[in-house]
Amino acid sequence: MSDGGATTNGASGLEPVIGLEIHIQLATATKMFCSCDLSFGDPPNTHTCPVCLGLPGSLPVANARAVHFGLMIGLALGSELAPRSIFHRKNYFYPDLPKGYQISQYDEPLCRGGRLGEVRIHRVHLEEDAAKLTHVGASGRIHGSDESIVDFNRGGTPLAEIVTEPDLRSAEQAGAWLRLLRTTMRTLGVSDVNMEEGSLRADANISVRPTGSQELGVKTELKNMNSFRFIERGIRAEIARQAKVIEAGGTVEQETLHFDPGSGSITSLRSKEEAHDYRYFPEPDLVPVAIDDAMIAAARADMSELPADRAERFERELSLSAESAQLLAFQGELGDYFEAALAAGADPSPPAQMLANWISGELRGRLGELDDPAESNVSPAALAALVGILAAKQVTVGAARTVLERLIADGGEPAAIVEAEGLAAMDGGEELAAAVAAALAANPDAAQRVREGNAKAIGPIVGHVMRETRGRADGTEVSRLIAEQLAG
Amino acid sequence: MSAELLSLSAAQAAERIAAGEVSADELFTLYRERAAADRAAGDEGLNCFTWVADGLDGAGNRDRAAPLNGVPLAVKDLFCTKGVPSQSGSKILEGYLPPYTATAVERLAGAGAPLLAKTNQDEFAMGSSTENSAFGPARNPWDRGRVPGGSSGGSAAAVAAGLAPWALGTDTGGSIRQPAALCGVVGMKPTYGSVSRYGMIAFASSLDQAGPLTRDVRDAALLLSQMVGQDPCDATSLQLPEPVALPSAERLDGVRIGVPGELTGEGIEAGVLEAFRAALEEAVSLGAELEEIELPHAPHALSAYYVLAPAEASSNLARYDGVRYGLRASEPRDLLDMYTRTRHDGFGAEVKRRVMLGTYALSSGYYDAYYGRAQRVRTKIAEDFAAAFERVALIATPTAPSVAFALGSKTGDPLAMYLNDYCTVPMSLAGIPAISIPCGYSEGLPVGLQLAGPAFSENALLDAAHALERALAFDGSRARV
Repeated sequence: MSDGGATTNGASGLEPVIGLEIHIQLATATKMFCSCDLSFGDPPNTHTCPVCLGLPGSLPVANARAVHFGLMIGLALGSELAPRSIFHRKNYFYPDLPKGYQISQYDEPLCRGGRLGEVRIHRVHLEEDAAKLTHVGASGRIHGSDESIVDFNRGGTPLAEIVTEPDLRSAEQAGAWLRLLRTTMRTLGVSDVNMEEGSLRADANISVRPTGSQELGVKTELKNMNSFRFIERGIRAEIARQAKVIEAGGTVEQETLHFDPGSGSITSLRSKEEAHDYRYFPEPDLVPVAIDDAMIAAARADMSELPADRAERFERELSLSAESAQLLAFQGELGDYFEAALAAGADPSPPAQMLANWISGELRGRLGELDDPAESNVSPAALAALVGILAAKQVTVGAARTVLERLIADGGEPAAIVEAEGLAAMDGGEELAAAVAAALAANPDAAQRVREGNAKAIGPIVGHVMRETRGRADGTEVSRLIAEQLAG
Repeated sequence: MSAELLSLSAAQAAERIAAGEVSADELFTLYRERAAADRAAGDEGLNCFTWVADGLDGAGNRDRAAPLNGVPLAVKDLFCTKGVPSQSGSKILEGYLPPYTATAVERLAGAGAPLLAKTNQDEFAMGSSTENSAFGPARNPWDRGRVPGGSSGGSAAAVAAGLAPWALGTDTGGSIRQPAALCGVVGMKPTYGSVSRYGMIAFASSLDQAGPLTRDVRDAALLLSQMVGQDPCDATSLQLPEPVALPSAERLDGVRIGVPGELTGEGIEAGVLEAFRAALEEAVSLGAELEEIELPHAPHALSAYYVLAPAEASSNLARYDGVRYGLRASEPRDLLDMYTRTRHDGFGAEVKRRVMLGTYALSSGYYDAYYGRAQRVRTKIAEDFAAAFERVALIATPTAPSVAFALGSKTGDPLAMYLNDYCTVPMSLAGIPAISIPCGYSEGLPVGLQLAGPAFSENALLDAAHALERALAFDGSRARV
């Protein structure tokens, strides 16, 4: 089984159906059921107590802040908030689970239903994270390791688990939707949603079915995808694997799978027969979570503008195209950069749509792996100034791109770069007319062909002018002058 | 002097200390030496204790001005006590030293009851005879050939034998009341939630409740008054609507006492019923009015209990996996081998039986038939009590169906052992308070009478028990060794 690559669609007559289960570590001060601080990267087992170590006699007490964050998530997703929800115990043995059960929610979760973008939400519930296991030895997995060590700092961290309906149809769509979810959670301030640090984790339930069918195929659950890139790759690979099985006349087995991002391979963790019987039952150490109007009002009061609302505002107030508005709002860091640039007070000021285009096109296209332009050398104020002088025709598009390259490489101010490099646009006066005349003289063959009606032959002449003026000339004006001088 | 000191109840001793007539150190030393002697005697003694304080050095709060005036306390093994072995009677926790102290013990220590000893118990509180202890059975001071009851058998025997002034126990289905009855002492299980469970090594979370085992009702009230209260570390704990008061009632005028036919007939030994009936007549002579009542679902309580308690236990005991503390099987081949051998070697037969029972009851496809149905029975039982308390203030039953039985006589028959809880389990399922007081003898052994009241009726219960105790004038001094 390898990372096959191509998405299986139309051609083979199979349609992928994907649902996601997302775990989000909540950014509370303390753990879900005890008062230990949350931490990341601290020395192992320094944030522990009898409760999160599962010592005999210890008891959990639910973190009110986590419930508050859960309600904010429910409100943001348009979920129905349960007036009364209860915790259950999910029983299984594993060394990262000190009590032998995880406190989670089962048939009475905090939030039910809802929608984000084109994807329906099934439920949102609260639970506690497991501890972190490190397997020492060659295999890196528990089987075949020399020894395994446990760090309980992470154990008991509050998690919100968000389960979608199976509404996604491709790996790319899943990746894009997950970015929207991440931005929404980041905007709410309920989580760091950092995949590398594990504060955002996603499992995918994947099946394929004949295109047009309403029945769901047998699904597999794909685990351990800890970056957006791996999620899309993993889902693509699993869709391809299932399609191959079906096309060969086989049937997909229900199982839990592990995606290895290094090799791109998919291996079985456990089959349906090996599936755990979690023996869920109501957690007798906790009382039901009762939600009242005051708690809902408090959650609502703590919510800032959500990505969907932001996109709507960009359209309404700034007249951005719907596409630009969503692109900026759904990738919150682009939206934040955009708003910072608008607020920088550049003179001449950049038109909003042009600024949006430059952020989502010119700038983002030059950032490589970097997701957030604010982390680049180009400050929002610098980009605003650049787009401002471009709009005022003080530089040409070509010159503006040159300035942007300089900004990305070294930072700085556009005006200073324009000055130092002599990139200011030429007005249409004597200097440009002379440059055009020189270009015509240097390209007599091309000039002749243009005279004979071959419009395409103008290219080398324009190119000559641009080279000589180092991109400062306005292309439209150059074309006009060529036509004028040839006619003259 | 020590014979006289020994004859004092805990409350009387506290009064003497407060008055400056006796020193708390003297009292501590007297009991410490008695407890240490029992521990040193091993099988020749009563085997009440799993740990006894070394001496005055390091012993807890003996402030004579504190509410409990320095009267030392024996504590059931399953309460976590910082740096002191807390093993819940199990080999799997042998030598386990917790890094913290249970809230109830902490409160009592703060109120001036220094820790005297830890008491023997059935493993993880599963049993009615203390024979399931990994540290050997405790014995009944009235007859060393008989069991002290359980699971708080060590606490009950220690108080009865005068090896501790008073003791802390826990009750899940009768584990305070039944050993109190079999040892001729007072034992009370308060309303579920009134005492914090934080630091109590769990058996069945929705039923476990701490309470006092004492020589008399007044001692029980005094000890309970310093244990109760909401605890931020226990989400199920609650504040009683009024403080626990020391009882003073001498009459029962106008108190309507219900006698449920279901718990006072079949299955109860004749001698026990006789003593029970005689005690009821005494109650009437104090002015009480008796009324026959029905608790129609009570006969099903034991069945429901033996689904619910093992279900919770199967989960509560999952943490004993050899990873972090307690026993770990040596040289395991792999993880599964470590789990299975650790638990195979560490748990006793009764614990394994209940873990398997509970695991089965919760398993997919059986949950509704067992756990779900048992929960519905539990609700019905609570409704039975609520209906009964519309008509009567208190309910009286024998505490246990028999007097103390011979060691080993029921160990081969788990169901016979489970029947010990027949009269006490309904109150546990309903979460209501109940107290057992000695009410007479059968075959020369103590018989217990149980009084139960609605939730939060601790003071009414203590008052009634006090008046009846006074009239019955049970003499427990014969058991003191």
